Parts: sequence; C-alpha cells; structure tokens
Amino acid sequence: MIQYIFRRLLVALPILFGVSLFTFGLVRWIPGDPILIMLGTDAMGADVEGIRRLYGLDRPWPVQYAEWLANVLRGDLGLSIRTRMPVGQSILQRLPVTIELTALSLLLGLLIGVPAAVLAATYRGKTADTLVGIVSLLGISVPGFWLAILLMLFFSLHLRLLPSIGYVALHEGPLDNLRHLILPALGLALPLGATIMRFMRSSLLEVFGQDYFRTARAKGLTYVMAVNKHALRNALIPVVTVIGIQIGRLLGGAVIIEQIFALPGLGRLVFDGIAMRDYPVVQGTVLVFTAFFILINLIVDVLYGVIDPRVRLATK
Amino acid sequence: MSSPSRRVLLRAAHSPQFVIGAALVLLFVLTAVLGPVISPYSPTAQKMSQRLKPPSAEYLLGTDDFGRDVLSRILHGAMPSLQVSILSVAGSLIVGVIIGLLAGYRGGWVDTALMSLMDVLLAFPAVLLAIAILAVLGTALSNVILAIAIVNLPTFARLARGSTLATRELLYVEAARSLGVPPLMILWRHILPNIAAPLIVQTSLTIATAILIEASLSYLGLGIQPPAPSWGNILASTYGFIQTNPWPSVFAGTAIAIAVLGFNLLGDGLRDALDPTTR
Repeated sequence: MIQYIFRRLLVALPILFGVSLFTFGLVRWIPGDPILIMLGTDAMGADVEGIRRLYGLDRPWPVQYAEWLANVLRGDLGLSIRTRMPVGQSILQRLPVTIELTALSLLLGLLIGVPAAVLAATYRGKTADTLVGIVSLLGISVPGFWLAILLMLFFSLHLRLLPSIGYVALHEGPLDNLRHLILPALGLALPLGATIMRFMRSSLLEVFGQDYFRTARAKGLTYVMAVNKHALRNALIPVVTVIGIQIGRLLGGAVIIEQIFALPGLGRLVFDGIAMRDYPVVQGTVLVFTAFFILINLIVDVLYGVIDPRVRLATK
Repeated sequence: MSSPSRRVLLRAAHSPQFVIGAALVLLFVLTAVLGPVISPYSPTAQKMSQRLKPPSAEYLLGTDDFGRDVLSRILHGAMPSLQVSILSVAGSLIVGVIIGLLAGYRGGWVDTALMSLMDVLLAFPAVLLAIAILAVLGTALSNVILAIAIVNLPTFARLARGSTLATRELLYVEAARSLGVPPLMILWRHILPNIAAPLIVQTSLTIATAILIEASLSYLGLGIQPPAPSWGNILASTYGFIQTNPWPSVFAGTAIAIAVLGFNLLGDGLRDALDPTTR
C-alpha cells in the first residue's frame, strides 16, 4: 500500500512541476512592465534599470523561476497590488470557507446522486428511470450559480426560511454556519449529483449483469442486501474517478457561488482580484486552488487503490 | 451518403433525445442569427421611466435596472454565446485530434511529451484556468474563445489518443502500413474515420460545457463587456435587483439552460445512435 502511494506521488511530481512552470509563465506574461506600473510611465531610464536589477528581473528566466518557486514553496506568493498584504496570508484566511463549501457540496452531491442512481437502475426503463433521467439531464444543463440564485429567491427572499447572504464561521455557531452554507452548497451539489447519478446508473447496470451479482441473488440475498453488499461498492469504483474530476468543477463554481452569497472564501478573493486587476492575488489563488485540486485527485487515486486492490497490483 | 452513416442517422431520427436536442440547438442558432432582426428594441436603449418592469405586452420579458428591454438583450446575447462555444470547441477538437492522433500513432517520447502537457492542463480546475488565462490576455471575445479552447483541449486529445491506440493495432491498418501507405494518409483515411464516433458525441457535450463556462466567465466580468449584452452579464447586472424584479434573472438563466440542454440531448442521442449497446 505504501509502495502504491509512493508511486502515485512520483507520477504527480512532474505534473506539479509543469503546473508551476505554466503558472510562472502566466505571471510573467501579464501585459505591462511591472516596474513601469510601479514607477509610472515618466520614470527615468536609469531608475527603471536599477529597480529591475533590485527585483531580479534582469536575470535569465530559469533563475527567476527558481527564485519564484522557492518563494512559493515557502508560502510567499507576493504582495497584493491593492492592499499590499501578503497574498499567502489572505489565502490562508479564506481557505477554510472554500474547503467547507466544497466538502458540503460533495456530501450533498453524493446523497442526491447515489440513491437516485440506485432508483433509476432498479427500475430501468420504467417511469422512475425516465423521471430521474430527465431531472439529472436538467441538472447538468442548468448553470449551478443560477440555480442557487433561484433557490435564494425562493427560500430566503420569499419564504424567509434561510439567510440570503453572509457567513458565520463553524466555531461561532454550527447551526448558523449550516444555514448560511446550505443554499450555496446546493447550487454546487445539484449539478454534481446529476453527474454522479448519470455515471453511477450505467455503472450499476453493468454490475447487475455480472455473475457475482446474480450469484448473490441466487443464494437468497434480498435485492436490497445484494445492492448494498455487492453492487454499490463495485459500481462506485469508476464513479470515484469522475468525482475527482468533478471537484475541479466545484472549485470553479465556488468562484461565482461565493460571490453571489457573499461568502468570504478563496473564490471571492479571485473575483475581487479580477475586478481590481490585482494579478498577484489572482495568480496566487489559482495556484492554491490547483494544488488543492491535485491533492484531492491524489487522494482519490489512493482511495481507488483502497477500494479496488486490482488497481494497486496492476500498476506495479 | 455511405450506408453506415445513413443507418446512424436513421437510428438518431427515432431517438426522442436526438430530435428534441436538434430542435433546441436549431432554436439557439436561429435566435443567435435572427435575434438582432426580430428584437423589438435596441439592447442598449435605456428608458429610465420604465425601470425594472415585470413582463407585459409592451416588454414581453420585462425591463432591467436601466429600463432596457430584457427580451432584446437576451436575443442579442445569444450570438456571443454561440460564437464562443462553437469556435472554442472547434479549436479544441481540431488541435486535440491532431495531438491525439500523433501521440497515439507515434507512441514513444512524442506520446509521453504531448500527454504530459495535457495532464498539466487537466491539473487546473477548468474555470480557474480560463480565469488565469484571461487575466493575462485581457477579456476580448477572441481571448475568451482561446481560453475555453485551451481548457477543453485535453478532453479531445485524450479521447483521440485512446481511440487511436486501439485502432492502430487493427488488421486493416497493419495491412495499409505493409502496403506502404504513408503515415499521414493512414491517419487521415484509415484511423480518423474510425475514431470519429466518440469524438462527435464529445463535441456536442463539450459545446454544452463551453456555453456554461462562457456564461460563468461573462458573469464574472471576463467576457462581453457591458453595456453589450451576454447571458452571463445579464445575470450579473440584474442580480442586485432580484428582489424588485427577478424576471431578467429567470429568463436569462432559462436561455442558457435551453441552449445547454439542446447540446446535451443531442450528444446523448448521438451516443445512443452510434453505439446502441449503451442504452
């Protein structure tokens, strides 16, 4: 097992290297000379050269990259152009909100998608299957953030059951925290649940056709028992990969959802960064988002090996 | 038309998904093309006395916070959405297929290098990668197309590579090779037609995704710039007045959903028609 995790880490390293190169490139390609932006366009040539040397911008790019990377690894993502605050610090402050939102959405997505898939696969071709199919198709076609706006309109502004915007930290009041997060999480979870349902359904149908499932039924297990004990776990294996990829969509969706619900998370930071053309903030946050995404997929890969021993052995 | 493609089209014509999907896509395209002609008002004409009106005979879908006609804005917003989604996916498809064919057919270091590059792109969450690219390039429409094309590129490259790998070993390709057919000819004449089916399905589904990404980006202010309308920026600009008049949000979101649904249904219908075993 440890050997397997180690192998996955080895595969992830070159990708992380590529990602860092790409992000570094994006930082460098931002239009406009940062020095001229700092000093104003009427700066004297000598001043410009001096400051360029001071910041190391006159050196060859591999040297600059190495320095940038060393800084990033130390958690130093530069200063915000607007607030002059270290970007890394703002990110750390906001990370918990986004992690909580994503985790809650994932949980809700599974709670919606898996039972719906079992229902659809069980009644394959019947009305229930068709209905679930239509709902899930709508679920993947509707923009999640729009759905969240409609939910807010109904539950917060019309029924006044839930707060419309804002955030209360988990340690300040778990119930209030949930009341603030449930609608934004649903906005992310409904499209996710629909996607999970679509993959899980076909995966379940495949398992239902397998000999071991028929044997389980033949030896007298009830349908519910056979599904719980034999089908779900096997059908989940391919779905786990899909979920890993879908986390990327959750993170992208969080950028808009956090803006709509005024949640002080990473997505909000990116949004404000874009609006203010605060590039260090945008780049730093994208890098952290991406590292987070890669980490989750690494965990998914490892989980894959836990659920399915064949995977562990096959990649030897 | 050759008989296999005719069979597929016949099967597709019997699939309700395909038919409804095709109808919705047609509606979307017609709206984009004819929108400027049939829209009752200018999409940017402001009438402050008519702010935030609900739907009425005069303003079928109501007005926004500047007293602009929401119907006219939604009709004009269809074109950028269509342009961005079709052109960006065309770009990802063409470049992705070239990369996939090359990697799958040549194998070796070419394969490793190209696919590692794709893995790097895949390592970014899609919308965030697009945001990062647009932060660098600026928000011109051509940049939005480029950004979404880059985001969707790995999907096509991986799909094309996988199918190429499977097709490369088939006997008729082997036969063509031993007859001395040049590699490019083999790729074009013998491999491409045989890997086309999954690519066609993926194209339709990816256009649906691209419409959603475009809407997200223009909601964030990284697309068509106001006052010119796009579905995403209509949602963004009317969000603040949602309590007074929710209609612009409702209609703009519905427009997005219809277009996306059309391409999703079309893709599902095509998949069933091309591979009847998956039903």
